[in-house]
Amino acid sequence: MAMRAAPRKGENFELAADLNSEYKEKRKDAIKRVIANMTVQKDVSGLFPDVLKNMQTDDLEQKKLVYLYLMNYAKTQPELVILAVNTFVKDTDDPNPLVRALAIRTMGCLRAEKIIDYLCDPLQKCLKDDNPYVRKTAALCVAKLYDLKPELVNENGFLDQLRDMIADSNPMVVANTVAALSDIHAAAVASGAPKDTLAINTEIVNKLLVALNECSEWGRVAILNALSRYTAEDAGESEHICERVVPQFQHANASVVLTAIKVIMIHMRGITSENLTKTLIRKMAPPLVTLLSNPPEVQWVALRNINLLLQKRPDILTNEMRVFFCKYNDPLYVKVEKLDIMVRLANEHNVDPLLSELKEYAQEVDVDFVRRSIKVIGQTAIKIDEAAERCVNVLLELIGTRVSYVVQEAVVVMKDVFRKYPSTYEGVIPTLCANLDELDEPEAKASLIWIIGEYAKKIDNADELLGIFVDTFTEESYPVQLQTLTAVVKLYLQKPESSQALVQKVLNTATKDCDSPDVRDRAYIYWRLLSTDPGAAKAVVLAVRPPITLPRTTVSPALLEELLGEIPLLASVYHKPAETFVGRGRISADSVQRKATDDRLATQKALQTVAAGQQAENLLDFSDDVPNEGQPSGLAATTVLASTPAAANLLAGTSSNPLDDLVSIFGGANLGASSTPASSNPMGGFGFGASPLTPAPAITPVMSPQPPAQPQAQSGQDDLLGLF
Amino acid sequence: MLFFRAHYTQAFFIFNQKGEVLISRLYRTDLKRSIADVFRIQVVSNSDVRSPIITLGSTSFFHVRINNLYVVAVTKCNANAALVFEFCYRFISIAKSYFGKVDEEAVKNNFVLIYELIDEIIDFGYPQNSETDTLKTYITTESIVSSSIAAEESSKITTQATGATNWRRGDVKYKKNEAFVDVVETVNLSMSAKGTVLRADVDGHIQMRAYLSGTPECKFGLNDKLVIDKSERGGGDAVELDDCRFHQCVRLDEFDSTRTISFVPPDGEFELMRYRSTSNIKLPLRVIPTVNEIGTTAVSYVITVKTNFNNKLSATNVVVRIPTPLNTTNVDCKVPIGKAKYVPAENVVVWKIPRIQGGQEVTFQGQASLTSTTHRQVWARPPIDVDFQVLMFTSSGLIVRFLKVFEKSNYHSVKWVRYLTKASGSYQIRPNQSHVRLAAPTVMRRQRTTARDATHAQKDERPGVPPTLAA
Repeated sequence: MAMRAAPRKGENFELAADLNSEYKEKRKDAIKRVIANMTVQKDVSGLFPDVLKNMQTDDLEQKKLVYLYLMNYAKTQPELVILAVNTFVKDTDDPNPLVRALAIRTMGCLRAEKIIDYLCDPLQKCLKDDNPYVRKTAALCVAKLYDLKPELVNENGFLDQLRDMIADSNPMVVANTVAALSDIHAAAVASGAPKDTLAINTEIVNKLLVALNECSEWGRVAILNALSRYTAEDAGESEHICERVVPQFQHANASVVLTAIKVIMIHMRGITSENLTKTLIRKMAPPLVTLLSNPPEVQWVALRNINLLLQKRPDILTNEMRVFFCKYNDPLYVKVEKLDIMVRLANEHNVDPLLSELKEYAQEVDVDFVRRSIKVIGQTAIKIDEAAERCVNVLLELIGTRVSYVVQEAVVVMKDVFRKYPSTYEGVIPTLCANLDELDEPEAKASLIWIIGEYAKKIDNADELLGIFVDTFTEESYPVQLQTLTAVVKLYLQKPESSQALVQKVLNTATKDCDSPDVRDRAYIYWRLLSTDPGAAKAVVLAVRPPITLPRTTVSPALLEELLGEIPLLASVYHKPAETFVGRGRISADSVQRKATDDRLATQKALQTVAAGQQAENLLDFSDDVPNEGQPSGLAATTVLASTPAAANLLAGTSSNPLDDLVSIFGGANLGASSTPASSNPMGGFGFGASPLTPAPAITPVMSPQPPAQPQAQSGQDDLLGLF
Repeated sequence: MLFFRAHYTQAFFIFNQKGEVLISRLYRTDLKRSIADVFRIQVVSNSDVRSPIITLGSTSFFHVRINNLYVVAVTKCNANAALVFEFCYRFISIAKSYFGKVDEEAVKNNFVLIYELIDEIIDFGYPQNSETDTLKTYITTESIVSSSIAAEESSKITTQATGATNWRRGDVKYKKNEAFVDVVETVNLSMSAKGTVLRADVDGHIQMRAYLSGTPECKFGLNDKLVIDKSERGGGDAVELDDCRFHQCVRLDEFDSTRTISFVPPDGEFELMRYRSTSNIKLPLRVIPTVNEIGTTAVSYVITVKTNFNNKLSATNVVVRIPTPLNTTNVDCKVPIGKAKYVPAENVVVWKIPRIQGGQEVTFQGQASLTSTTHRQVWARPPIDVDFQVLMFTSSGLIVRFLKVFEKSNYHSVKWVRYLTKASGSYQIRPNQSHVRLAAPTVMRRQRTTARDATHAQKDERPGVPPTLAA
């Protein structure tokens, strides 16, 4: 043990000796070795005093190294850091601006209470420095200080100084000032301070617009962010801002382009002139396409945002379908996004190239990609009536390949096609049934069973086919069991003479041998319905279902507006509000701002989101309404929700944890509005507990918890889930 | 790993392939170093990562892979995703220009310099100055002793680093003032066997090397017509550019209002603009393939390559890659020019032609002999791919109309313009598919097997077998 500990000790011992060496080079070399050890997470904190001795030097590189060390260990050695203060303060008076900036930058990063008190005077000086490089560094230092000790910032009037600096002659200083103010603002709101630290007015906007054209690319992003938070006084000002920001579309940096698009999307709301809106939209298309020539990661961010933009303005990229075709070496995440966008852009004019492209994708090797491609073929069929037949033909060709996962996915997709175009493609059914043996995934099985049940009247051997599934009933998964049950009942109601025995058998098995309460419950209900009132059973089981359509948006309108205001932040990439993935109190500066300025609106929006989510859940019920009218009922739901205690809480702004409240509203609303017990399982929740207005047609389509309304929302979730 | 604050990063790391931390810089105290372990477990040792952003709890990891390294930025905020990735790539390009290549060895050898750079280009999570040219004036591989540079000089540096033209030093001097402009176009083509163009477009960029004294003001003109509205297309010799993007030195507001490209160039080499064109693309090479399967034992090829430009020009470094079936034993090739060779590892015949003059036509004739296999596979017929370079030719028809240089001292400057059109890996001609269509039932079988084979191929990571299966 002692033997082993010795060399370790020896290394630090040696380093300490070298750090105190009389030779300059040796000392510097020792510092480098210390930093190297620090990086690989060896503990070199014991060398603190020795390293500190080397701080006073003319060698800038050495100085930086010592600073690096200090930043790392200042927190653990607060009483020793005090020894460094003098050098720092002296450095902020150095004739060399690089040294001054370095000193003020590092002091802000030390994060030691003791040194912070000594920071204010030099910072005061540096904010007024002649040299812009020092000023821009000092501006950010204020934000650092606020992060550690907000009171000091307030006491010293640094905020006012920062606000004055927005008028600085140097664009970089302006950009950093704006960044610092936004940062402070975010921190202030998170800690509950009511005052707006970055109140933007017309005068400031004009200053920002001037600086915008001159500062560095990163500075532009900061300034554009600030502009996106400003509410224009009138239409004229909105137009002015848009006109000045549009040139940024040509910037080489993708983040500048996307942030500029955000500003335009926000300020376009205030523009009354139709022509100008059109021009702006038109100008947006080419840069969006060009974003696709970036590295894949940036492309992906761009694609996710394009997806959002298309939900708001489906006409943006009408003629650009081809650029979204996948390249065979694109990473999967890029391909998946492109697929999604292709469906959005599909119309009767470009559907042919799209289909031949999709057919090719469906024969690639990545199973995930192949499945998604097939899904997209189905979505295209549902979206474009004229092309449905061509899509079905492609699907049949794919089924012909007999590749197991291709066939299964195609069957699932065919079921959706039947939902949209009932009784149109019955000729396909024999081909589907021929592949019965190939199916081993529950979803594919359930889909095929649903099709058989739905068209039982026209399939001569429907009883035989369903018989196969009834025989293996107890071995199947629950979704398949539920579907078999329903399909057999449908068969019985249409052809009672040939299937009496079958229905008896399935009801028996389902009620006696099945361990899922959902399956048992459904079987009992059917049994009772059939035995008491066959007419009612018919009305329930064979009810006409509303045709499905492809939803234009995957998020609620209010959330869409919010997300468009967050291009290209993480929220817009995930298509989720920041609160869902950012820890408490760490919401972005932007969203915080909006919450602060318009709390009630934000709350309403949150409620709408929840309501819409609920609506999506209700979709599975296929209640009396056509599922697509999510918006009005979503809004209506807001008022209903407001009566629940949690919502009232939220509206009053008293709650501390928005997430908890959302959850509680969700639960509460569920109980209050539809008295459906909240259930984690969408199958389980679909239910019979629903109000009498929602009769059992629910049963039939439930086998497909993802009618095309779902896959996209689903895929969004998948993305996020996949991350874990 | 780099951390960005607020919209930006809160920490920045560089990992090697084993997940060891090479560089770590944290900007927030609420992030623990153990966060690096989380990344190692979730990303580095996870073979199935399907997104460049991973969010775990409230912490998001952005990562970019370069050679055997992961460049990782971490944030706990609703960060600006585009900015973070742009920044990661900028960091990589800065690192490249400082020490050549970016790999584990380079990072280990230069870690001091990297820390210095990181602290300069990002402060408190906000990206600062990232212009290599400026950075190199005050961050160098040799150490600077502060007394040796006069305070005056460093204030010059700092003014430049924050100035409106932060990409250029003010005191540049050349004996001979020269500017070189290279217009480089990459043609992407996808053509059916019948000669129908399925997709043709040009990715162009204009590379400039400016060796000009003082602070020159440049004006640059092209025969372009930027099409914003597709319905407004017209004739004339103007080239239609679908979109263009400029280096940050170009005054975007001026371009927006008057369509002139004016700028103060950085010193040395930089990319002035990038553009895209999709209309009236001139294809420098025509390829006419005839591929026939003779029974199950042989495939015959007649492939004609025609040049489609002025006979004063020539295509150089032409490489035609002709795919052969997987069970090929050998290929008998006859070529009038260049060398053709069967490369079994990639299942292609590579036909290299050093030069083809304009207006010339060359034909490849060959026959591939196949082994008989027990389970008969029908061949998927991947596209034929052609790489080439043509000097002084642009596929889009773009021409530099003028480049004017204005400077206070009014010196004379020499300008050179070069054009180059090239293709590498994206100029593809699909061979005829008639055979495959006829034998529909076999195709199904075939696809089943090939799909499986291709999965293996992917695991082996054999290059040259495009995973795309033809219909």
